Amino acid sequence: MSARITRGDVEHVARLARLELTDEEIELFTGQLGDILEHAADIEALDVGDIAPTSHPLPIVNVFRTDEVVPSLDRDEVLGQAPVAESGQFRVPPVLGEEP
Amino acid sequence: MTDFFAAAATDDTPIEPSLPDGWELVVGLEVHVELDTATKLFCGCANQFGSEPNTNICPTCLGLPGSLPVMNESAVELAMRLGRALGCDVNRSVMARKNYFYPDMPKDFQTTQYDQPTNSDGRVVLGDGFVVGIERAHIEEDTGKSTHVGGGGRINDAEYSLVDYNRAGVPLVEIVSRPDVRTIDHAKAYVEELRGILLATGVSDARMEEGSMRVDANVSVRPHGSAELRTRCEIKNINSVRSLGRAIEYEARRHIDLWTNDGAPDQETRHWDEEGGRTTSGRSKEDADDYRYFQEPDLVPLEPSAETVAAIDAAMPPLPAARRAALLEASGADASAVGIVVERGQDGLAMAAIEAGAEPEKVVTRLVNDLAVDDWSKVEGEAFAELIRMESAGELSATQAKQILGDLVEQGGDPAEHAASRGFEAMDTGELESLVDQLIADHPEEWARFTGSDDGDRKKMQGFFTGQIMKATKGQADGKAVAQLLAQKSS
Repeated sequence: MSARITRGDVEHVARLARLELTDEEIELFTGQLGDILEHAADIEALDVGDIAPTSHPLPIVNVFRTDEVVPSLDRDEVLGQAPVAESGQFRVPPVLGEEP
Repeated sequence: MTDFFAAAATDDTPIEPSLPDGWELVVGLEVHVELDTATKLFCGCANQFGSEPNTNICPTCLGLPGSLPVMNESAVELAMRLGRALGCDVNRSVMARKNYFYPDMPKDFQTTQYDQPTNSDGRVVLGDGFVVGIERAHIEEDTGKSTHVGGGGRINDAEYSLVDYNRAGVPLVEIVSRPDVRTIDHAKAYVEELRGILLATGVSDARMEEGSMRVDANVSVRPHGSAELRTRCEIKNINSVRSLGRAIEYEARRHIDLWTNDGAPDQETRHWDEEGGRTTSGRSKEDADDYRYFQEPDLVPLEPSAETVAAIDAAMPPLPAARRAALLEASGADASAVGIVVERGQDGLAMAAIEAGAEPEKVVTRLVNDLAVDDWSKVEGEAFAELIRMESAGELSATQAKQILGDLVEQGGDPAEHAASRGFEAMDTGELESLVDQLIADHPEEWARFTGSDDGDRKKMQGFFTGQIMKATKGQADGKAVAQLLAQKSS
């Protein structure tokens, strides 16, 4: 098991992501995620003191669109693809947890 | 002035409730405002309140695979304008993903700003000079609206939920204050002042009842004189300025009760229950925030130039504080009356009427008392000034002046013309005098009581005679002239 990530971390993130993992999967992912973080840690060997943090891979800023309305989708078509719809709305299971 | 106080008493005037001795309130406020744009933040769907559910939706705001967000230029401009109006620095900023699982955001994250907000370090100066610091005012998208069905519509025991994504992706600014507020009155005044700034700058229509302005309060208490910050609770679901006051008071008392009984509040989100007049726990501890923020790779940074910010400053309309100061100076009226006029946005009309030569204090008093209407756009400053002059000169009675003001509100135009078409000719003094003489002759007993030594009787009879004259003239007589005539005749 990697020192960078523990079983507890994986269980915690799985719960946040609403994923149900088996014991074997937790074991497997703890190793795999640890390897990925280990790989990313290679960068610690480099001197990056003079490099500004990268916000975006492209060196561009201020990409905008004008504030003009364009037609939206047809509601019936969209709701037709939902598992359940009611009164023009998406019907979802009772909400657990809380909105932000 | 009597009229003004009568008006003020109906105005839900806040009375500061006192907390138990020895305790101090510490409040910070988080205010979400929907920006007044034509479209959503990242797509061209209409930003419109009250549309049929799920009619303003597209692949981007539904979070469908392959869709990409593109930033709305107007939203960024409005956000920066608000930032400058709040005295903030406008920074280079970066959008971030706030990850969470809740069906009001089909993408499973909300696009917001995290460690690099657009606006930071501002302040709001309240009417009485109290300063509330602004930590940040950042751009984010609104979430969809879920309605809980079954189980009495409550979130915890609903059978299922219905989701409308019209609001998902609507541009918001979240204004986060520093924990500077110490009284309930200041918390309410802060929200009112923000509302005034939002309306003045055209950033938002700021309607709490429609949810285009939403207030969350972070409440804690501490012993007086202490500088510590104790555990705070975030109160959500506050739907009016009045509820804000009630919610803060309830929560502060709950905390004081816990602290004085060897307990302590848990740091948590709580919901204001308007009917029950209390707050209830919003989420369990095991669902504690863990939003795993990271920078949004699909959007590039916002980096306004110094020229852009200077142009926003140059185009800034006068803000409520400056407008209050101007009207206060021009009118010499009472500060709270001036506050009401500016809050209603009638200060432009007041200034125009004063410029047209109307008595400044009367302008403010008349506006406060008689023009509490939604739409006064047809009333011209000069016409309003003329109406006040006509009433002061005795050409119109107070009742007639009110009727003419009604005409101005509905049709605009000139008060003298309205007076003429209503047949409000100024009553000739001679005509009025003969009417008074006739009444005295018809009512000798009442007149004897009026001229007698009993003050109470005199007042009653003054009312009687004035009433008779008003009845005979259908309200056209000038009350002051009648009083003068009665006094003359009795001396």
